[in-house]
Amino acid sequence: MTAFARLQRRRVSPLPYLLILPTFVFVALFTIWPMLLASYQSLFLQRLNMARYRTPTFTGFQNYVELFNDDRFHQVMHNTLIFVAGTVPVSIVLAFLFAMLVNQALRGIGVARLFFFYPTILPLVSAATIWMFFFTPDYGIFNTTLRALGYTGPQNWTGNPNLALLAVMIVSVWKNAGYYMIFYLAGLQGMPVDVYEAAALDGASGWQMLWRITFPLLRRTTLFITTIAFIGAFQTVDHIFVLTQGGPAGASTVLLYYLWEQRFEFLNVGVASALTVVLIAVLLIFTLTNFLLSERKEDAHVG
Amino acid sequence: MSGNVMGGGWRARLGRSVLYITTFALALVWAVPMAWAVVASLRPPTDPLGRGDVWFAFPLTLENYTRALALAPFGQYYVNTIVVILMILAVQMVTITLAAFAFAHFNFPGKRAIFYLVLLQLMIPTTALLAPNFATIRALGLFDTRLAIAIPYFGSAFGTFLLRQVFLDIPRDLVDAGVMDGCRWWQLLRHIYLPPAVPTLIAFGLSSTAWHWNEFLWPLVITNSDQARPLTAGLVRFTQLGEIGAQWALLSAATLIVILPLFVVFLFFQKRFIQSFVYSGIK
Repeated sequence: MTAFARLQRRRVSPLPYLLILPTFVFVALFTIWPMLLASYQSLFLQRLNMARYRTPTFTGFQNYVELFNDDRFHQVMHNTLIFVAGTVPVSIVLAFLFAMLVNQALRGIGVARLFFFYPTILPLVSAATIWMFFFTPDYGIFNTTLRALGYTGPQNWTGNPNLALLAVMIVSVWKNAGYYMIFYLAGLQGMPVDVYEAAALDGASGWQMLWRITFPLLRRTTLFITTIAFIGAFQTVDHIFVLTQGGPAGASTVLLYYLWEQRFEFLNVGVASALTVVLIAVLLIFTLTNFLLSERKEDAHVG
Repeated sequence: MSGNVMGGGWRARLGRSVLYITTFALALVWAVPMAWAVVASLRPPTDPLGRGDVWFAFPLTLENYTRALALAPFGQYYVNTIVVILMILAVQMVTITLAAFAFAHFNFPGKRAIFYLVLLQLMIPTTALLAPNFATIRALGLFDTRLAIAIPYFGSAFGTFLLRQVFLDIPRDLVDAGVMDGCRWWQLLRHIYLPPAVPTLIAFGLSSTAWHWNEFLWPLVITNSDQARPLTAGLVRFTQLGEIGAQWALLSAATLIVILPLFVVFLFFQKRFIQSFVYSGIK
């Protein structure tokens, strides 16, 4: 610790608190307070579209009991699980593949990198409007392509309960793979060249280098991407508004979309609050687990 | 790595061709949505898309754009989106600089606890809290204003964290020298901490701009009129207009109206953009 820092420590000045105050006020008002408010409101029955339930009445954990006994909620959690477990790994694997490909010294590689990355800066709702056409029955590009490959019969992607969630997932992967790619690309470009040269001299094959050198060195990058991909997956619902509105029959409704529906369509404040608490819990458990695991691994590495 | 791939021989050459073709085939697949949207938006409205005819139709025309602009107040949506982004950037730059400076420069009781509380915003994104935040905005009397869209982002855990990292990398000797010379805190911030942090501030600003240009769900629930509605929410409203239906050319034009400004900026500053995304993520 420097002399100055020690000096600062001795007398507690209000200055640092004042400097943090603006940030803290907004974080407190729009992150900490809503977490408390949602927890509190989740213990009350309040439905704004029914006169007798407009004023909240305390019901304890009734909202949670109802949720956990509700088939619709089970369907939503099931969809969310499929959405997250499907899009996160696929996007990350594609991101790695893209990064390896565009890290080659090839003519025109900048164009390929641009094509992979541009979906990142398109608003998801605009991207979804374009994809809506791709999924159109009969003459949509998906079906036209499938027909060219020998598949017959029009396929209504967004209107089919078995395909709607898949359609929504395809758009997510298309949108995010290029974003995660740039982190791998940065990682690859920071790789120590001499390690590869030494391995090549020892007669290591391309696969061995990939498994023994590239993957281990990209561990931290992968961990970081996994974290942002996971948190992002729970927020990615914009395209559902355009493509499927959560349907058909709830087949593409995921947690955040359901939360929106409960609060702003059914005006059910109590259940929407309980859903907010569930969402917070899932996000916290994941990030904390992830954090603890990575800390432990870091220690193991040092030791 | 390139060492053993680069050799001569027909196998190496074959391998390179395969990689080349794979790379560009995949890249083209990824580009199809944007390419199609551009082409479709230029179709004559009198020639609807049909089976086997989803690409070019001549003569190319800008008519879809003029119709889309006539059907919805995209001009107002532009203004709203830009005003929201400028508000967010202006406030964020100040709040994150001050907070990051405090966390990097001072030691004070409760520092760790406060820091972790702020970082909570990274773990629980504001979007997930839209239901309770809606109540807060209502109570503040801000419903259906541009300020309501911007205000939850005035404090940024991400920006604070990012900038703090840069500030911590500044050599202590430099700071101590400034202190010895009798610099006040704002002089230290202005002359020692801020200069090396400018690239980070730009990077954060660029990714923040892209993020808020994209944002949809929060503006959707917190606005109710064209006076406050940004481009994304306006576009979705447009797609739901009764007279639109499956007029793909018109929809593509509307979509591109929303995409193009940021897209053009992105093309011009491509390198900077990508760098700032990497930078703002990894640091």
